[in-house]
Amino acid sequence: MIKISHLVKNYGSLCAVDDISFEVERGEVVGFLGPNGAGKSTTMNMLTGYLSSTSGTIKIGGVDILDDPLNAKRLIGYLPEQPPLYPDMTVEEYLSFAYDLKGCKLNKAKHLKEICNVVKISDVSHRLIRNLSKGYKQRVGIAQALVGNPPVIIFDEPTVGLDPKQIIEIRNLIRTLGKEHTVILSTHILQEVQAVCDRIIIINKGKIVADELTENISRAVENTRRFNVKICGPQKEVLSALRNLGGICYAEVLAARDGDAYTYMIESEVGVDIRKKLFWTLAEKKWPLIGMEALGMSIEDIFIAVVDKTDDGKNDTAKKKRSVEVNRAAAEKEMASAIVDRTADEAQSRAESAEKDTDSDSEYYTDYTIKTDTFAGGKSEDK
Amino acid sequence: MFAIYKKEMRSYFINPVGYVFVGVFLTLAAALCCYTTLQSKSYSTSSYFFYLILGMIVLIPLLTMRMFAEERKMRTEQMMLTAPVSITGMVLGKFLAAFTIFGGCMLVSLINFFPLYVVGKAEAALNEDSITHIGPVTAEIAGSFIGVLLVGGAFIAIGLLISAMTENQLSAAVITIGALVLMLVLNVLNSVGDEAEGTRLINNYVIRYIIDWFSMISRFTNFQYGILPWASLLYYVSVTFIFIYLTVRVYERRRWA
Repeated sequence: MIKISHLVKNYGSLCAVDDISFEVERGEVVGFLGPNGAGKSTTMNMLTGYLSSTSGTIKIGGVDILDDPLNAKRLIGYLPEQPPLYPDMTVEEYLSFAYDLKGCKLNKAKHLKEICNVVKISDVSHRLIRNLSKGYKQRVGIAQALVGNPPVIIFDEPTVGLDPKQIIEIRNLIRTLGKEHTVILSTHILQEVQAVCDRIIIINKGKIVADELTENISRAVENTRRFNVKICGPQKEVLSALRNLGGICYAEVLAARDGDAYTYMIESEVGVDIRKKLFWTLAEKKWPLIGMEALGMSIEDIFIAVVDKTDDGKNDTAKKKRSVEVNRAAAEKEMASAIVDRTADEAQSRAESAEKDTDSDSEYYTDYTIKTDTFAGGKSEDK
Repeated sequence: MFAIYKKEMRSYFINPVGYVFVGVFLTLAAALCCYTTLQSKSYSTSSYFFYLILGMIVLIPLLTMRMFAEERKMRTEQMMLTAPVSITGMVLGKFLAAFTIFGGCMLVSLINFFPLYVVGKAEAALNEDSITHIGPVTAEIAGSFIGVLLVGGAFIAIGLLISAMTENQLSAAVITIGALVLMLVLNVLNSVGDEAEGTRLINNYVIRYIIDWFSMISRFTNFQYGILPWASLLYYVSVTFIFIYLTVRVYERRRWA
């Protein structure tokens, strides 16, 4: 669906994107990762025809974006980094403008209503965009990208400014879109990539440094074996027992406390499944194990490792890396507790909206199948 | 293109800008008409249209200042440039929207001549045996009207180019006014002084001829006599298209930068 070959973009002497090539198939959700200034937004702007490349070709659905920009752009829905909103229009007017601008041929009222329902902005459709909160603005931006139901959807940081519940909704939406559409999204939130994308492309200093299926990365994550365990018992003794247990290379107490139980983070040695052994050890000592949770934080480690590795290793980054290594325990502690909190929040909000979400999930799906049918019909006629 | 036209038209009237333009333009036109004809007991409309052009130097930038500068600032141009609309279509849509407002105001301002015709008719009835024509000359008015429309189109195109090059509405407006005033000043410099007394500011005939040839104001004088010279028509239309083309180029250029 999208084919990029040897894409280069220079801003004067600065090389923002340096010889990038990749392909994205129909129905694939690709996550675009990278540190700030890596060239993510530039690549997306070139993909959508906002910027021209210095050299290289971009083909959307077989149409070159420079040769036939209008037909290529017709296939794309784009949410830029900053949603392109007119503050003095109402949401309704704005979407209607987007509809006219894209020259859609779907049933206007029905189509726009559907989109408003999908991104949940129906209740603000008569309000001025100027007066909306950031999260709503972001959602209007997403709605604008969906107008016309284009087969390729490109999101530049779609969940910025949304609350946790909305983030989950948008992720579900992206996952649903991914069934029929080709989706590319860039983000800083690593969990998001893991949750939503089939494939992850990491880009650093204008070059692709990793292009991997999410499954493979998840498998790597499982190998690192980090757990949060919740154990009832005297804190110091439990901790020293954990540290002395063969197969555990790292253990520490996290802040979270629940009655007489503390949460510990442990990391097992590579290739060792510590869970059973841990259970029996604790059972012998009569310290009940009341919770165990595998931590998916290693995707961060992978990301950092990949980015560090690909940096020149001469300047600040090397220093930073060294200091990171020195402070590793402290940094990890912070990171881990943050993740614990976040996971807890997410779990809670997920639990709260569990029923609703499953319902709306299927709703999204049916909505989109109807629309995709009409759209596919129109498109095949065009071709 | 039509979507952009529609959007621009709407945005003129959800912002104060459209109302300010229409209000000030019509008031100014009415006051000028009153002052230059009825007040000074003259049926000649040439000074009315000339003063109107001077007013347009300040008013037209109101229409064009927002067009691209605001889109750039709000990053909404990204939406237009990634939509299946050509840059030419985008610029033309905006041009037509500004021109519609301006043209509409011009049409409405025709009502100013109504009292002139009434007075003219009454005076002609009093002097039935007069050989000369009494009252306003319709051909002159029509010619001047077309001329002012053309000048307005060219002004709008210049304003669009300047708006496309700036990121701030206010600086777009100020620079546009500056550019238009500069043209006027050149024209004035050209005719300052007296040939016979040897006090001409610009003595070189060639320079004077060139300035005169390019001057939007001096080209206009023919229209005031009810003449539609092809050269002038073509001149104004070309200027308009050149500036629209340059605006398109500014956008193309930015993509490649």
